Amino acid sequence: MANKKRKKDLNFFERIYIVEIVKGMILTFKNMLRPKVTMEYPEVKFEPPASYRGRPVLVQENNGVERCVACGLCSRVCPALAIEVQAAETELEKERYPQKFEINMLRCIFCGFCEEVCPEEAIVMSKDYELVFTNRDDAIYGKDKLLIPVENLKDRLEFLRSFK
Amino acid sequence: MGIWEIIIITLIKILIVVTIMFLTVAYLVYFERKVSAWVQNRLGPNRVGYKGLLQPFADVFKLLVKEDIIPDAANKPLHTLSPFIALFVAFATYAVIPFGPSVNIFGYDIKLVVADVNIGILYVLALTSLGVYGITFAGWSSGSKYSLLGGVRSSAQMISYEVSMGFSIAGVILFAESLRPIDIVNAQYGWMWNIILQPIGFITFVVSAFAETNRLPFDLPEAEPELVGGYHTEYSSFKFAGFFLAEYANMIIASCMIVTLYLGGWQIPYIDKLGLSETLTVILQVGAFIFKTIFMLFVFLWVRWSIPRFRYDQLMNIGWKVMFPLALLNIVWVAVLIMLFNL
Repeated sequence: MANKKRKKDLNFFERIYIVEIVKGMILTFKNMLRPKVTMEYPEVKFEPPASYRGRPVLVQENNGVERCVACGLCSRVCPALAIEVQAAETELEKERYPQKFEINMLRCIFCGFCEEVCPEEAIVMSKDYELVFTNRDDAIYGKDKLLIPVENLKDRLEFLRSFK
Repeated sequence: MGIWEIIIITLIKILIVVTIMFLTVAYLVYFERKVSAWVQNRLGPNRVGYKGLLQPFADVFKLLVKEDIIPDAANKPLHTLSPFIALFVAFATYAVIPFGPSVNIFGYDIKLVVADVNIGILYVLALTSLGVYGITFAGWSSGSKYSLLGGVRSSAQMISYEVSMGFSIAGVILFAESLRPIDIVNAQYGWMWNIILQPIGFITFVVSAFAETNRLPFDLPEAEPELVGGYHTEYSSFKFAGFFLAEYANMIIASCMIVTLYLGGWQIPYIDKLGLSETLTVILQVGAFIFKTIFMLFVFLWVRWSIPRFRYDQLMNIGWKVMFPLALLNIVWVAVLIMLFNL
């Protein structure tokens, strides 16, 4: 079967290429008329789905207290060593709270391990992807920046529960 | 007309043409970025000025404020000279391209062409051949293997395709019986456009023009994956801008040549039957020339995003084994046409 006609063998019209080139050009021209996919960033912003892993934040309950009990698991599991927790005692039911909770956003790799390991659902990944800082000190986010009210994180918390 | 009047009129024409050329080159870069964006379903530059219309000036400014680097291994005089050769050749070629018929202003009969040379086509061929020197010198004098390879490829490619280009033009000249661009345009009166009379010649000329201007699919001299930047690898700042401008100016020249030789130049079929005033006719005809040129430029960009780059041996095969015989065939075809119909 030496002379078997292969699929690769081109017929005469295909071999002179002109027709094929015109076909290709028609295709690119059609593409020019299709709607554009560009989002014009500062005006139009991407609204991420619940599964999106933005910057990690601490959940703040309605009474203004964080859920975190300062167990330090997130700090332990963090592959980039970005999290630093310092525990202290409190009169509340949970008995412990983080006196200091810092995430170094220059180190964070957005892996979401901290969220996975957290027994209290206290640290979750938010939808916030606009992380800008102009020096290294600003990149270390303390509790003031990390605490986000629970209402703003509903999407993510529901998403997490659907997998439990 | 006295000698001074001729000089002043010519200077004014040169001024207008050079200004338009620079603006066209600037906006061609903008247009190319827009077209490539559209093909890829993007928006393209739209931030600098209204709809991004000031983008070319921002680009040029960025290039000019960069550091001008001359490598240690470079041959300095040639390294500096070559972008200017490329630029000079690109802009000088435009002198013979007619963009409209004669026009009567203030009692002067002015031809809408900078220099009405009776061997204009030869002049264009000669200058485009000179353009090879800019690129080859740039490649050689940079003292870098990538540049050298780019330069060598470019000279080989341009010399090969010049042959089929010359033979394609021979067909046009046979019809017009003149080397003067204005005569060639006049010979394409009505629907006697050369694209209709000699389609094979049109195809060989267009392909050769693509190869001559080093545009995709024939942009081997600057094939990024293989040669970094090709002949302009070692150039930066103003000199790089020179090559950049020259490449785009060459594209405009090529489009103008295609329009002049094959698409009837400034001719609009049957416009003289409409009974329009003389001024309006001239304006429409110049507009037609500009429209046709812009369309050809669009085709240049369109092809760039449709057809992948050829391999070097494929390029040479097409040049010598396909385009050259086709161009010869075209001459035979034209000769037969002339003999049969006494055109």
